[in-house]
Amino acid sequence: MTIKALSGNEAVAQAMRQIDPVVVAAYPITPQTEIVQLFSGFVSDGLVRTEFVPVESEHSALSAVVGAAVAGVRAMTATSSNGLALMYEVLHIAAGLRLPIVMPVVTRALSAPINIHCDHSDVMGARDSGWIILFSENAQEAYDNVLQAVRIGEHADVRLPVMVALDGFVLSHGVERVSLLEDAAVEAFIGEYQPTVDVLGDEPVTVGALALQDSFFEFRRQMAEGLYHAPRVIEEVGREFEGISGRPYGLVEAYRTEDARAVLVALGSTAGSAKEAVDLAREEGLRVGLVKVRAIRPFPAAALRELLGGCEVVGVLDRSLDYSGQGGALYTEVKAALHPLEGRPRARGFVYGLGGREIGMEDLVGLMRELVPSGADVTYLGVRE
Amino acid sequence: MYSLKELSKRPELFEAGHRACAGCGFPQAVRLVLKATEHPVVVAVATGCLEVTSTVFPYTSWNCSFVHNAFENVAATISGIEAAHSALPRYGKDVGPRHFIAFGGDGASYDIGLQSLSGALERGHRFLYVCYDNGAYANTGVQRSGATPRGAGTTTTPPGRFLDGKPQRRKDLTAIIAAHGIPYVAQAAISNWRDLVRKARRALDTDGPSFLNILTPCRLIWGTAPEETVDLVRHAVNSCFWPLFEVVDGRWKLNYKPKRRQSYVDWLRRQRRFAHLFDGRHDDLLAELEAEVEAAWRQLLERCGEVDDKS
Repeated sequence: MTIKALSGNEAVAQAMRQIDPVVVAAYPITPQTEIVQLFSGFVSDGLVRTEFVPVESEHSALSAVVGAAVAGVRAMTATSSNGLALMYEVLHIAAGLRLPIVMPVVTRALSAPINIHCDHSDVMGARDSGWIILFSENAQEAYDNVLQAVRIGEHADVRLPVMVALDGFVLSHGVERVSLLEDAAVEAFIGEYQPTVDVLGDEPVTVGALALQDSFFEFRRQMAEGLYHAPRVIEEVGREFEGISGRPYGLVEAYRTEDARAVLVALGSTAGSAKEAVDLAREEGLRVGLVKVRAIRPFPAAALRELLGGCEVVGVLDRSLDYSGQGGALYTEVKAALHPLEGRPRARGFVYGLGGREIGMEDLVGLMRELVPSGADVTYLGVRE
Repeated sequence: MYSLKELSKRPELFEAGHRACAGCGFPQAVRLVLKATEHPVVVAVATGCLEVTSTVFPYTSWNCSFVHNAFENVAATISGIEAAHSALPRYGKDVGPRHFIAFGGDGASYDIGLQSLSGALERGHRFLYVCYDNGAYANTGVQRSGATPRGAGTTTTPPGRFLDGKPQRRKDLTAIIAAHGIPYVAQAAISNWRDLVRKARRALDTDGPSFLNILTPCRLIWGTAPEETVDLVRHAVNSCFWPLFEVVDGRWKLNYKPKRRQSYVDWLRRQRRFAHLFDGRHDDLLAELEAEVEAAWRQLLERCGEVDDKS
């Protein structure tokens, strides 16, 4: 193991170097660009054997990666924001063809107005495309998630693409202490790829056939089944990864929730700040805790019911808006997860940080001070109204 | 180069049993291109008639590997496959030679997939792109495309009181592709099968991107009888609407000069999509359309360094 000072983008690029995918096709977009640049440098310097395809758009990036994946090889790309939106059509095709592609997504606001800074509207807009989606709290988790994503997506019971979200600028450009595994340890952990489809093989194969009323439903049902197997596989791979790294991973992470009366639920880098805020609030005598959601697809409803069932109020932090008029995406899904519980806690939604607006420690501690069951359903934090 | 007898003995990579209409032009183009292959083939097909008529699950007409991704990304898809193939020897897995062929209709090639096609050509992947051009969106029910000839009636350019069919000229995709400076670009037609197979062979031998634009009638778009398909293409070639030429390493070469020129207006007259132009009130427009074809032909002769007989 080597400890280095790396930005999230550098950590992700290092993970990609260690995975050494046969094909990487990518297009630059802020704040993901650095990943593409660094990886191109690895190709130029012969540090990877990868064929790098410098495509003319994100749509072509994912399309070329789908092509490479049906050729039976590991293939990757990375994107952000509008780039992910441009890929939208092909996201569903990658999942429908059951291709275990791994794609880091550096989260950024969607236009308009144009804004290059962090929020989660890009990933949330793609959350029902059949991809497994993992969020990262810090640069270390971004690195660890990319490595685990290879194993999760390629698992015989899953066979689906995986997005690894890391917060734009906050994580992509912030430099942190990151522990890198040895190259050989990564090689042993990800193992040899065993493709289920290979158009370069000796036997002709038809991939992407037209499926009509008599078969389409079955294909999609099987795809959903793959996604439903993912929670078990995510936990298994997380335990195995802990064995080589010492860092545990699951679907969710609970922080000081045992006796908590109020629990925050958060994604990404804000979960890291929220842990500190929980400590500060507890010093004031508040019985609060945090649940960090790592996998939003599939949604860890059972794990959340178990962790949140005993508290009085749940505060869900959303860094994106859901235009149903019911708050943010995470909030509505947490509410749906809690619904089967008798005497379920009150759930309240807090929308924050759109377009990179900062959320400070004082904001989070203040939120916990006022996190009582009687408050409003949905609150917008830090916005001028 | 190839006799019909020799071609008939070569493996049939695009099988009978597909569901294209009787008289459809593209099955002939696909069969002829595939007859020119020597190595195992990976075909990628854009969304369109060829894709939907040949791969209705659980059936397939393809005796080679086939990939369908989406409408506008067939060139990007094949470039990913080709990239994987060229990288594999570095991972100690050389699978041997392969041909990579992308097929797209005119909608996929002239319009929605032009960016993807242009990008793949510029990157220099070793693949053959075949556009089967029937001059409209046939799969969705005959809407106009960038390849639809001026004056043609389609479901989005229906002739009426204020519209005489498509008002705009078609774009010259073959010249646009040639402007990329790729090693081999050619225009071919199913009526001239020997020329078509020779061009496919030459394209497949190219170390880099190559492109074939092939005129393939569609009965529904053109409004013609199935048995007329090949003769309509021959007429298009002889009217100089669809000249046969190739651009090899930037040098333009004419492959066929009609001995007896057939009339372009007569070619239009044979097709229902132009019927509204023959009501006796569109003679000026017909003259203009004929002049456009003549101007394009003269420009081609100049590019090919040919002397025009008429001048």
